[in-house]
Amino acid sequence: MLVQNLAVLVLAGFVGYLVISKVPNTLHTPLMSGTNAIHGIVLLGGLIVLGLGAHGVLEKILLVIAIAFGTINVVGGFLVTDRMLGMFKSDRPNRTDQ
Amino acid sequence: MSWWHDPTLIQSLYVVAFALFIYGLMGLTGPKTAVRGNQIAALGMAVAVIATLLTPGLGNWWLILLGVAIGTAVGVPAARKVKMTAVPQMVALFNGVGGGAVALIAWVEFRHGFGDDPLYVAIASQFAAVVGSISFWGSNIAFGTLQEILPGRPIAAGRVQQPLNLALLLGAAACAVGIIAGGRSELLMIGLLLACAVLGVMVVLPIGGADMPVVISLLNAFTGLSAAAMGLALDNTALIVAGMIVGASGSILTNLMAKAMNRSIPAIVAGGFGGGVTGAAAVEANGDRSVRQTNAADAAVQMAFAKQVVVVPGYGMAVAQAQHAVAEMAELLEAKGVSVLYAIHPVAGRMPGHMNVLLAEADVPYEQQREMDEINGEFTRTDVALVIGANDVTNPAARTDPNSPIYGMPILNVDASRSVIVLKRSMSPGFAGVDNALYFDPKTAMLFGDAKSSVSEVTAELKAL
Repeated sequence: MLVQNLAVLVLAGFVGYLVISKVPNTLHTPLMSGTNAIHGIVLLGGLIVLGLGAHGVLEKILLVIAIAFGTINVVGGFLVTDRMLGMFKSDRPNRTDQ
Repeated sequence: MSWWHDPTLIQSLYVVAFALFIYGLMGLTGPKTAVRGNQIAALGMAVAVIATLLTPGLGNWWLILLGVAIGTAVGVPAARKVKMTAVPQMVALFNGVGGGAVALIAWVEFRHGFGDDPLYVAIASQFAAVVGSISFWGSNIAFGTLQEILPGRPIAAGRVQQPLNLALLLGAAACAVGIIAGGRSELLMIGLLLACAVLGVMVVLPIGGADMPVVISLLNAFTGLSAAAMGLALDNTALIVAGMIVGASGSILTNLMAKAMNRSIPAIVAGGFGGGVTGAAAVEANGDRSVRQTNAADAAVQMAFAKQVVVVPGYGMAVAQAQHAVAEMAELLEAKGVSVLYAIHPVAGRMPGHMNVLLAEADVPYEQQREMDEINGEFTRTDVALVIGANDVTNPAARTDPNSPIYGMPILNVDASRSVIVLKRSMSPGFAGVDNALYFDPKTAMLFGDAKSSVSEVTAELKAL
């Protein structure tokens, strides 16, 4: 299991490297904001750990906060990125593609 | 067990989710596809969340709903209402809460105990706790600095800083090792989280506002890595892939930004850029030099009769929300036959691309926005360079003065143009705390005041011409 997961980890690292190296300077802020939203995936961790059993009030409070944090990260991240990108008008020629 | 609880289905949906993440990110490589790219990535996230909710035996539905509801209630208005100028600190905040979530989950995992789990589960979980909480506290400090709740100048503890940081890191590591070795005392976990909290604050606090974009990007990568580690601990492919992609991309972005500022990442993290002795000495040395002041009417005439005007926007334009006023002025100039271009330094503002976002918001055509390498040759053909709230990125000291803290940073060669007009609130030095020799250049005229009202005054004068 560990070795399989490590293989996935390493490959994902290279994919991230290759995909992102192509992003033009001008889109760096939206990119940062977009990748930021993607690591909100930690939300899943909160869902699993809370859903499969939390004991006592403290654990429940911690996990509800964790899920709230993860949701803020995901929802806020994608929305703010969308707002930013909407401002780049699509009918204009893109110099950086040349 | 119902078919929708089948682990193979959940795993397959995860594969769909990260395929969508990667495809979405590929879309972000161009402005035409970027909006859709972001939506595709968001769709991937929805698939991943739904897949997770199919996990067999999931309970505590009301609490899950409560967490999601709170997160939505906070996140949606925050993202909707934030001004485009404040996006960098918003990203810092969103990044921080992600790291915080990782640390909290790791805490609960510790309370559950690692029992019969293989050793790597505890190691990955503790790694996630350390990196996640550093990211949480560091991001909050970055938010505070950019929001100007905290001073933009570096705050440092002096000589004890580095040994103290090292001690904190070692302390956190010792707690983590204790837990991995099977320690069950909650004090170990609390000690670890506290040490990381202080460390996150101590590392980011001494970093001046000028370096903050690099730091946010670095912390973004950190949160990604902590999410990936959490994925290893929970044996969750979606977390591993998504976290690692962010970890890798954040690292590259951090590197690109640091390069654009000619700074090394270790030097930035070591802190103390700008402030201190060098800054104070520079201010004194400039004490008896004088600057030339101009007014809106003169500036308007000067630009109206120019062939080419290059606008150099910086953070000052962002703070004053002046982008729409600038665009309006540029349209008037163009109507008078003046060619208007925008010179965008890679780290102008508080994030790479920050200025492009603002100018795009004000409907400035993409093809007028020129990057540093393209525009630097244009300045010798430029009659008026209009610097709006940009400082360090125009400072010729970066080329000429080896003693300057910003020496070697690539800059916009504004001083090569025939004349320069600088819009600035006051003579205070920039975020890096370095005085700007450009202001004392005989061909430079200063137009003091809030960037937006100055530009509006110039626009009014242009209309009257």
